[in-house]
Amino acid sequence: MSAFLIAQIVLTLFVFVMLLSSAAVMVYAERKVAAILQQRMGPYLVGPKGMLQPLADVIKLMFKEELRPRAADAFLFALAPMISATAAFAAFAVVPFGAETTFFGLLNEPLRLQVADVNVAILVVFAIASMSVYGVVLAGWSSNSKYSLLGGLRASAQMISYELSYGLALASVLVMANSLSLSDIVNHQAGTWFGVVPRWFLFIQPVGFLVYMTAGIAETNRAPFDFPEAEQELVAGYHTEYSSMSFAMFFLAEYINMVTVSAVATDLFLGGWHGPFLPASLGWVWFLLKVGAILFFYIWMRWTLPRYRYDQLMRFGWKVLLPIAAVNLLATAAGVLYFGI
Amino acid sequence: MGSDTLFYLFGAIAIGASLAVIGQRNPIYSVLLLIASFGALSGLYILLDAPFVAVIQIIVYAGAIMVLFLFVVMLLNAPHEETEYDERVHPLLRSGPTRFGVALAVALMVELWWALTKGRETGGFPEGSVSSVAAIGRSLFTDYSFQFEVTSVLILVAMVGAVVLARREPRRPRSPGNP
Repeated sequence: MSAFLIAQIVLTLFVFVMLLSSAAVMVYAERKVAAILQQRMGPYLVGPKGMLQPLADVIKLMFKEELRPRAADAFLFALAPMISATAAFAAFAVVPFGAETTFFGLLNEPLRLQVADVNVAILVVFAIASMSVYGVVLAGWSSNSKYSLLGGLRASAQMISYELSYGLALASVLVMANSLSLSDIVNHQAGTWFGVVPRWFLFIQPVGFLVYMTAGIAETNRAPFDFPEAEQELVAGYHTEYSSMSFAMFFLAEYINMVTVSAVATDLFLGGWHGPFLPASLGWVWFLLKVGAILFFYIWMRWTLPRYRYDQLMRFGWKVLLPIAAVNLLATAAGVLYFGI
Repeated sequence: MGSDTLFYLFGAIAIGASLAVIGQRNPIYSVLLLIASFGALSGLYILLDAPFVAVIQIIVYAGAIMVLFLFVVMLLNAPHEETEYDERVHPLLRSGPTRFGVALAVALMVELWWALTKGRETGGFPEGSVSSVAAIGRSLFTDYSFQFEVTSVLILVAMVGAVVLARREPRRPRSPGNP
């Protein structure tokens, strides 16, 4: 095996392990930030500052009993969490998280910090995101419980509605960068205007960024759009009947989806790994900082805003967000065509 | 694995899953098998060096249209298809529209056989004309713009039709004289 192939395999495993541990970090961050926002202590007993709390949670989940309702469809009930987790991991495969590097001369040719460099990367992210809804929907149906079914139905309606705005927000960035490859889009944002303002698409596409983030929160079923699992109405929604590791897989999928949406937002709007003060080989530090900032925003939103009503969600998606996204795309296309922005 | 092996693998999955779709009694499984079939088709597109078409296949068919199918099937929550006819009778001897279905299937087989044997080599597309998004867009909006627009009108007609069918009649206030 060539050194390049070994490096590729190591990179794939590295991304897998990092995604797994990012879920653990996110669980801790979520509980700690929520506690601070509510003037509580949060987890503080397990390990220093409660940092080993996610580990304790995982061990607890592993030793729980795996339950399945008697009336459930056994095959689909087992398949649904697997679809959710697989889709969550797969989407990150095409997301670049750093500039090309040779690892300080270890490799002969530079390696791209991205598992698979596909020239339609952004559409692959979109396609896999649209597949992840099946995990939620099938979980809702196969559990044969009314709360689960309602959660599953809500998930499918919500995801279909917000996918359109999500896609249109992506399209306005594609038009600007004139490429479907995420690394091309990131490299398009290198440099600064007037030596101060970084050339991020955020500053040309503020509307696109807002639409993307709103639709992204709805796609990942997070508060204030967490209707598929609205606790006060649906017990726990689509995963009401799940326990132990199958529940953990849904839990994992939710956090990894958040990380993926944030990473894609960083690549599309925040200039990816480009940033001042650091050499190009340390670009991934900037990438991590930006993703961390968006994830903090995610948690902040959840513990600040109350959930909308379901009809408000639908009206907002179709009558507000979709027209805004469509007009934004048209304006972007006109700007590129007539002014060559 | 070579691309030939992959071709036969994806082809077998596509055909097997499609056959299983009509062999299923549970509509939810039918929907899922259809998604599997679309996934295999998308694999075939990648082998044909058309990644854009492959991804669009997943986004549009597997990701959007099939979610709506699943939504409807779940709303109806029909675990088994209701059959109007006696299942013990051979399909060819059943009354009603079943026989037309058989006739249509036979006609389709004959047509397929005719197309496969009589079809000439078209020469294929030039290298790279389907792999790049820009090339697809250019030919779609120049050479095939008429067909593109006609298709969009067709879809619009279907949409308006669906809205008209689904719309509830506005409730009229009942006048006291009418029963």
